[in-house]
Amino acid sequence: MDRVPILKIGPVLLVSIQVDMQDQMALALQEDLGQRIVDTGCRGVIIDITGLDIVDSFVGRTLSTIASISRVLDAETIVVGMRPAVAITLVELGLSLNGIRTALNVERGMELLARRADEDDFAEPDFVDEHEISKSP
Amino acid sequence: MSAAGDVEAAAVQAISGDEDVVRVRQLVRTAAVAAKLSLVDQTKLVTAASELARNTLVYGGGGKAEVSHLDNGARRGIRIVFSDSGPGIPDVELALTDGYTSGGGLGLGLSGARRLVDEFELETAVGVGTTVSVTKWAR
Repeated sequence: MDRVPILKIGPVLLVSIQVDMQDQMALALQEDLGQRIVDTGCRGVIIDITGLDIVDSFVGRTLSTIASISRVLDAETIVVGMRPAVAITLVELGLSLNGIRTALNVERGMELLARRADEDDFAEPDFVDEHEISKSP
Repeated sequence: MSAAGDVEAAAVQAISGDEDVVRVRQLVRTAAVAAKLSLVDQTKLVTAASELARNTLVYGGGGKAEVSHLDNGARRGIRIVFSDSGPGIPDVELALTDGYTSGGGLGLGLSGARRLVDEFELETAVGVGTTVSVTKWAR
């Protein structure tokens, strides 16, 4: 079975789905991506679905699951490149893509993740302080 | 002649594995393009077909999809008939409810597919099988 390639671009993992996926392929992506997040320590994942003609409930659920797995592994997932016809169909199908952040394209997704990283840096000292306090006798 | 007008011979795709769900999607897309459905309607029909083909595989234990071209004189359309010889659906009302699932899915397959097409018919008998027929007309 073919697998969806996962590219590391700086601090971000980029997944570009270019083929009509079999269900097994979507499930394999879920597992591969979790492993790559752990291996690379990336904090952001961008899934580009420009190449998908349709998103049915199975693919939609897989995207939601990927976002949840990533979150538990301290990475944020952004789905980009959804075609307008796909968006219309998803809404009519009743799929809400719970917990998934979206952006119009890869560039916007990258910006969103970079902004998140800046906010995290800003918040870091507080976190370190609390940590130090809790460790002190 | 049926109410649908001319019906052109059906293309048949067996559904016995994951890869057949992909083949059904491709077959339906080709037919929808040929019938000059709009891009949004193509997308809706292919999505509905994907849901129903997966149902045929997962719940019906496999079966087939027949795709035919319709022409009622005024409009062209596509009809897809999914049939299986599986366990059937004991409670159709319940199966058509949003969010209800007897498997591990989201429960949007049947109810969602029905919203995406113009005509939807479901025939089922416990122990005999299920047939779902959907039609989408070009606007």
